[in-house]
Order: sequence, then structure tokens, then C-alpha cells
Amino acid sequence: MRGKGVSSMGSAVAAKVAAETAAASTAGAVAAPSAAGATECADSINAAEEHLPHLPENVAIWCQHLAFRFKDIEVFDDVSFHVHRGEFVALTGKNGAGKSTLLKLIVGLLEPSRGKVLVFGAPPRGRIESIGYVPQHAGFDPAFPIQVEEVVGMGRLSGLSPIAKHQKKEEIEWALRQAEVHDLRARPFSALSGGQRRRVLVARALVGHPKLLVLDEPTANMDMDSEKKFYETLARIKGTTTVLIATHDSDFVSALADTVLCVGQNVDHPHSVHRHAIERAVNAPAELYGGEVVRVRHDIELPDNACCEGKE
Amino acid sequence: MSGFLQALLNPAVPFVRNALIGSVLAAFLFGVLGSLVTVRRIAGLAGAISHTVLGGIGLALFLASRGAPKWISPMLGALVFAILAALTISVVSLKAKQREDTVINALWAIGMSLGVVFLAKTPGYADPMSYLFGNILLVTSGDLYLLAALNVIVIALVARYYRHIEAASFDEEFAATKGVPVTAIYLGLLLIIAIAIVLLQTFVGIVMVIAMLTLPAGTAGYFSRNLAGMMIHATILSLVFSVSGLAVSWTFDLPAGAVIVLLSGAVFLAFSIGNMLSKRSKRKADQQTGLEGSA
Repeated sequence: MRGKGVSSMGSAVAAKVAAETAAASTAGAVAAPSAAGATECADSINAAEEHLPHLPENVAIWCQHLAFRFKDIEVFDDVSFHVHRGEFVALTGKNGAGKSTLLKLIVGLLEPSRGKVLVFGAPPRGRIESIGYVPQHAGFDPAFPIQVEEVVGMGRLSGLSPIAKHQKKEEIEWALRQAEVHDLRARPFSALSGGQRRRVLVARALVGHPKLLVLDEPTANMDMDSEKKFYETLARIKGTTTVLIATHDSDFVSALADTVLCVGQNVDHPHSVHRHAIERAVNAPAELYGGEVVRVRHDIELPDNACCEGKE
Repeated sequence: MSGFLQALLNPAVPFVRNALIGSVLAAFLFGVLGSLVTVRRIAGLAGAISHTVLGGIGLALFLASRGAPKWISPMLGALVFAILAALTISVVSLKAKQREDTVINALWAIGMSLGVVFLAKTPGYADPMSYLFGNILLVTSGDLYLLAALNVIVIALVARYYRHIEAASFDEEFAATKGVPVTAIYLGLLLIIAIAIVLLQTFVGIVMVIAMLTLPAGTAGYFSRNLAGMMIHATILSLVFSVSGLAVSWTFDLPAGAVIVLLSGAVFLAFSIGNMLSKRSKRKADQQTGLEGSA
């Protein structure tokens, strides 16, 4: 599967080059050596940097030399990583390490101080309809009169443009079913349990079939049953949607995860994001984590192009 | 009460009819803007804007008494001060949220004190009390046209951008990821509230503006299922409170603004107490069924 990713990435770059130079020979030269796996993936991404936004088509999130400062505090410095389409990525790190900040940079709520974040080859503000975001949302107002269906309906918004009614109904219905909250549609949002609310917020993010779903610690303070249902929802959309989920349980992550990115755990480079290895967890209490889990090997750091090796 | 109806139909006292039309037009603004003020929890902010208005009125009257041109009217002074207050608070709330509360209260106190000082130095009789409580029976037809125009603008904007306003009020962060201009909506709302306060306080007074922006919407919040329902219910409640308050004050010769505020306040308190009691009895019932279940 990954091998196919590499070759399609190569041909995407080739197509762009061909379009620009109109020289068939150049295109052939770039597309030909596809056996070199890992190095080619990294090279083609580096090559793409000069000609933004000609990114390989199967890259969903692309961060290059990203830096972010909040007032005088350095949060990120020289962060580079990429996430492929359809990948399920767990983002771990201690409280205050900057997980939420990184997610906000990716969904376009914050602007990087230096470097670039691209989502499907464009800045996040240009990808509003491709991104579904589930914020932590700890401080919502219980006195706000609103029904579940209306909360989910917010997912259809795009700028100030009006929403077509028929389109809205179908979209909302689909999202309610995906997150298993369709029987709650007429309930006041404030009357729901914490776990139900999180699933409603997932439904809201799923409206409009986003290509990238970004979730900020969605299972914090969730009871086990809710967490199980929650991961079942994510399992249903895995593969068709790229998922980036921040979680505070940093030793185990859901077995749905293909990749683990760790924020602020490298001693030499604390303001950065690194890829860590995962392994099958033996004796891990699955019921505590809402499903099967894998162990994160924080002692094994992988290069950013690790995902591009021709593993099957 | 029949005396009020007769007065309404009596062409010799047109101010009673104007007061009634004014109450109806004000009810829509109180219902729609009041609901937004309530769900966004910016009642303190609206309070500060409306009290700084007194400073503007005082300054305009003072300048007029010193021979300033005629276009410097109390209404203009009020408008300038209201918009300045709204801008100051919004800049603080966007840039330094932790200072917002202090700034709101500072503007509130400074604005009122400026008003009192200017009015004291204005020759002739200008009673600050008349600006605090206003006089609904002094509404002119010019005021009514302005009020009607503002109604049209507010209702058109809310009807067109309802979903966007709802999302920006409920979850600003999520709305922003969907490209909704949340800061522009916030600033627009404050600006319209500032203008509404200026128009409304000329005849209902500063105290009643704040009361009517919070009490009917607060009451409606107890039984409304969504923001639109809250706006409609709050409008109906404002209408009922102002018309019945007007009738009561006419019949018993009481100050209209104060009677309307007292009526709204009484109903709001009754709902609050009723809600508290029903929650408590529900909790008791839950505990009891819980005990029976475990026994």
C-alpha cells in the first residue's frame, strides 16, 4: 500500500514538472527510479518545497521548518513532518507540550511564525471544506439553548455563504448516524452526558465528509462505554478519512493508529515533533482504552520519511 | 385600564399612541439583541456602553449651553460615546481578555461621572434621573422612524446570517475553522447594540435598556429550545411587559419605565425560583427511585 503511495507521489511530481516545462524527457527522468523507496519520498517532498504548492498528491498534512511563538514563549522550532492520506495518526505528549497548538496551526486557527503548514497542498484557510475539527471544548455554556441537530448543522458552514436546506438535511443525517447520535437529535445539547457531547462534536466535524479529521483530546474524562463507542466511530471512517487525534495517554494509543507523533519528548530538541515507533502491546488493558491498543516506544525515534518505506 | 384604551384612541393625546408604537418597535430589538447579549454573556458590556452614554449626553448639553452649533445634540453625544465605549471594550476583549472586566466597570463609572459633572456645569435644569429612567411618553415620531429603520436592519441581518451568528456565539473556535468571520460578527454585534442603546435610551432611559436587554431574554432562556425560539419568546415577553406596564402606569399614575422594569424583573425572578425548585424536586425524586431500586 505504501509502495503504491511512493510511486503515485513520484508521478504526481512528474506530472507537475511536465506541465511546467513541457519536456517529456525531464518527466521521465523524475518518474523512472521508483525503487529507492524512502529516499525518494523524502527527496520528492524536498523538491516540492521549491515549487509550492506542488506537493505529492498522497500527502495530507505537510509541515516544513515550522516555528511558532506565543508572546515570548517558544512553542515550536523547526518542526518538519508529513502525514499521508488515509493515515491514522496519534499525537501524544504531556500536558502543555503544545499538542493543541499544533492542531490549531494545522486547522488554520493559528498562523506559524516561520515555516509552512500545508493541508492537501494548500494553506489550511484555503481548505476549510476538507478539514473537520473537534475542539476540546471544555468551556461550553450549559445555559445556551441549542439542540443536537443544530450543533451538528454548524458543520455545513463555509464562510458567510448560505446553506442549501436539502443538502443540509442529508449531510446531518449521515453524520448523526456515523457518530451514533441520531437518536439524540432533538435533545438539548446541555442535557447530554460528556461522552455523548463529544460524539455530537465528532458528528459536527464529519458533516460535509472532510478529508482530514482533527480531534483534540476527545476522550478526556470520558467513561469507558463512551470511549468504546467513540473509537468504533473512528474505526468506521479510518482509511477513507485522514485522522489526526491528540491524546494524553502517551504509553498506549489506540491500535487504529498507523503512526505516532510525539510533541516535546526529544531532550535535545524539546520544541519539536518526532515520529516514534509502535509495537504490539502484550497484556494491555483494552477495556481501559476503549479498544485494542498498541504500545508507543518513546525510546525509538524514527526519521520523518519512515512511513515512506516500501512496507506492505 | 379602559382609561388607557380611551387615551390610545384619543387624538388629543398622540403621545400615548406613540409610546405604544415605540414599545412594539423596541420589543423586537430587546428580544433579538437581548437574546444575543444573554447567550454571549455580554450584559455587563452592554451595561457599560449604556452608562457611558450619560457622559456623551452631558457633554453635548454642556457644549450647547456654551454656544456650540445646534447639530451637537444629546443624541449625537450619546452615539459618539457609545461607539467609543464599544470599540474600547472590544479591543480590550480581543487583545487582553483578562482585563475586560476591569475596563467594563471603569468605563461604566467614568462615563456616568462625566455625565453628572457636565450636567452640573450646564446652566438651567438638567436632571440626570430623567436620563436614567427616561420617559416613554416623550417619544417623537422622528424617534419612531429611526427605531423602525434599526428594526429592519437588525431583523434582516439576523435572518440572513442566523446560522453564522449562532455558531459564532456557541463555539467561536469551531466557527472560525469553518471560515465564519467571528471577530467581524462580534464587532458588528457590539456596534449595533451601541446604536440600539442610544436610540432606546432616549425614551426608556439607561436603566430600562439594560433591564429589557437582559430580563425578557433571561426569562425566555428557561423554556426555549434554541436561539431562534429564545429571540421570539423574548420579543413576545418584552411586548407583554411594556404594553401592560404602560397601561398600569397610565391607570395608576406611576412612572412607566420603572413599572415595566419591575414587571419584567418579577416575572424573571418567578421563573428563576420555579426552575430552582423543579430541579431540586427532580433531584429528590431521582434519589428516591435510586433508593427504591437498590432496596
